[in-house]
Amino acid sequence: MADMTDQEQQLVTWLADMNEDDAFALAKKMLVEEGANPLRVLELCRNAMDIVGKRFEKGEYFLPELVLAGEMLENIGTIAKPLIKQAPGGEPKKLAKVLIGTVHGDLHDIGKNIVTFMLDINGFEVKDIGIDVPVQTFVDEINRFKPDLVGLSGFLTLAFDSMKETIEAIRDAGLRDHLKIMIGGGQVDDTVRSYTGADAFGTNAIDAVSLCKNWMGVAA
Amino acid sequence: MNTLQTYVQTPDAKTAYDARWQRVMDCVALKQPDRMPTAFMATFWLAKYGGISYRQLMYDYEKTKEIAERALLEFEPDSPAPTMLAIATGNALEAIGYKQLQWPGHGTRDDQPYQYLDREYMKADEYDDFLFDPTGFYLQKYLPRVAAVFEGLEELPYLPGLHYFRLVAAVRLFAKPGVRAALENLMKAAETVDAWAGHHADFTRRIAAKGFPMSYVATAVSPYDLLADYFRGATGMMKDLYRNKDKLLAMLDKAATFLVRQTLASSKAFGHPIVFIPIHWAPDAFMSDAQFKTFWWPSFRKMLIGLIEGGVIPMPLWEADCTKRLATIRDIPPGKCIYWFERTDMVKAFEVLGDVVALRGNISPSLMTTGTPAQVDAAVKHLVDNVFNKGGKLILDGAFGIPDETPVENVRAMFTAARKYAG
Repeated sequence: MADMTDQEQQLVTWLADMNEDDAFALAKKMLVEEGANPLRVLELCRNAMDIVGKRFEKGEYFLPELVLAGEMLENIGTIAKPLIKQAPGGEPKKLAKVLIGTVHGDLHDIGKNIVTFMLDINGFEVKDIGIDVPVQTFVDEINRFKPDLVGLSGFLTLAFDSMKETIEAIRDAGLRDHLKIMIGGGQVDDTVRSYTGADAFGTNAIDAVSLCKNWMGVAA
Repeated sequence: MNTLQTYVQTPDAKTAYDARWQRVMDCVALKQPDRMPTAFMATFWLAKYGGISYRQLMYDYEKTKEIAERALLEFEPDSPAPTMLAIATGNALEAIGYKQLQWPGHGTRDDQPYQYLDREYMKADEYDDFLFDPTGFYLQKYLPRVAAVFEGLEELPYLPGLHYFRLVAAVRLFAKPGVRAALENLMKAAETVDAWAGHHADFTRRIAAKGFPMSYVATAVSPYDLLADYFRGATGMMKDLYRNKDKLLAMLDKAATFLVRQTLASSKAFGHPIVFIPIHWAPDAFMSDAQFKTFWWPSFRKMLIGLIEGGVIPMPLWEADCTKRLATIRDIPPGKCIYWFERTDMVKAFEVLGDVVALRGNISPSLMTTGTPAQVDAAVKHLVDNVFNKGGKLILDGAFGIPDETPVENVRAMFTAARKYAG
C-alpha cells in the first residue's frame, strides 16, 4: 500500500511489531474519534497480517506472534465491523475454499487454528468445522461448502486411523477426485500420508499455506 | 496396606535386576554399558496387548498388573515404566473429581486415551496473587478449580497475618460447611489415592522379583510448561510473553524453586533417583530462539541444576523436534541426565550432546503404528549403527514409548532388533 498516510503506516507498523496497546489505541482513535472508514482500517490490519505471515515464514515469528496477531485483529474487528455501513463489496476475491477440521477422537485445536488463521490471511476462504469431527460430518460439509481443498488435523497417534477413515469415506462418497487433501499435526510424516491416502502432509502452518498455494497454481 | 503381597527375588532375578539397573546407570555416567539398554513405556497399548478396553486398564488393578508383567516377561526391557501410576489412574482421578482431564468412561469412549483440557485455569490478572502467595493461591483458587474434592477450600481463612487471638478466632472458619465438606471428602479420596499408590508399590516389588527395575517413578514439569499447560492455557501463555512479560518471568523463576523442592521430596519418598519430565513447550516450532532463551530455558536450567545437586537424575522428554535447542540445552553438568527425544534426529542429538547426557528414544510413532516389522528392525539398526556403536549412551525406546495403536509384532521387532544389533 504505497498510498498510506503516516498515521496509517504507523498502525500497520505497530500491529506488525506486536505493539498491541499502541496499535489498539490508534485504531480505536481512528475509528471512533476520527471517523475513519472501517473497511480501510481492516485493510490496514490485513496489510499488517501479511507482514506477520512473512515474518513467520522467515522464522522471525512463531506461534506466540500468530496468536497475538489473531487477537489484535479480532479486537479491532470488534470495533470496526459494527461501523461498516455499506455492503463490503471491496473484499478481494478468495484464492480457493478450504475445509478444515480435527479428525474424530482428537480434541487438539491449536495447530488447526493457526493453519486456519494463516490460510485466511493468505487469501483463502476457510471453513473450520472444529474438533473431534465425525467422518460423516466431513462428507456432509464437503457437499455443502464445496471446498477445493480439505485439511485434516490431528495430534494423537489415533488420528492416523481417523484420517484414513475420513479419506476413505470421502472417496466412497464420490468426492475424492475433486479435492486435494492435506493432513497436518505433530506426529504426521510421509509414512502417515501414505497410510491415510492423503495428497500431502505438513507439520506447520507454512507447509499448509505452501501446499494450498501450489495446488491452486499461486506463487507461494 | 493390604495391596502389598510378598514376592521373592531369586538370586538369578537379582543378578538380572542389578545388570539392568547398571546398564542405565552406566549410560547416565557416560560409561559404556555391557549392551544397549532398552526401555519400555507402554500406556494404553497394554490394553491392546492384553485384549481389554482402555477403561478396564485404568480401573482393574490386578488385570493391569498381570498384563504389564506379561509384557515385561515377553520383551525383557531393562527399564520399564511405572505402569500403575501412569495408567491405572481411573479410581484415583474419580475420587478427587479431577477436572483437567477426560479419560475412558469420563468424557472419552472406553477405547480412547486421555485428553487433556487446555483451558485458562488461572486468569492473566491473577499473577500478582500467585506470585505473592503461591500456597494461598493453590488452596483458595487453583485447587477447587481443577478438582472437585477441593471445592469448599475457598472458604478457608486468609492465613498469612493470623496471630494471637486473631489466629485463635480464625480456627472457627474450618468448621464452615464448605471447608468441613472439603476436608471430609479429601480424607475419603485420600484412601482411594493411597490404594492406587499401594498397587504401584505392589507392582514395583512384583516386577523387581522378576528382575526388572523401574525406569523412573516421580515425575515433574518444567516451570514454563507448568504455567502454560496447567495454569494459563496454551494461548493465554503465548499472549503473556507480550502482555505480562515481567510477571511471567518472575513466576517462572519462583516456580523453578518450588518445583525443585517438591520434586526432591517426591523422588526421596519414592526412593528412586530418576525423575521423568515430559517437556511440551520447548520445540523449535513453538517460539523463537530468543524467546526460548528468555522464557523457557533459564528457569528449567535452574531446576535441572537444583535437582542434580539434590541427587536426582532428571529425564526430560523433549517432545516434537528440538533440533535448534540442542546447543542451548547442552549447558548442564555432564553425566547427570537422560535426555529423551521424540522427533529430534537422534544422530544429530548424539553429535551435539553425546558427551553430556545419556540419550533415550526414538523409533518414530508413524513407523511403529503403520510400518512393518522389517522397517522397525531397520530403524533400530540405524540408531545402533549411528548412535550406540559410535559411543552414544543410548537407551532404546519408542519416540514417546509405544504408541497405543502399535501392532504387537512391531514391538517384538523393536526388542528383537535391539538384542540382534546391540547385545
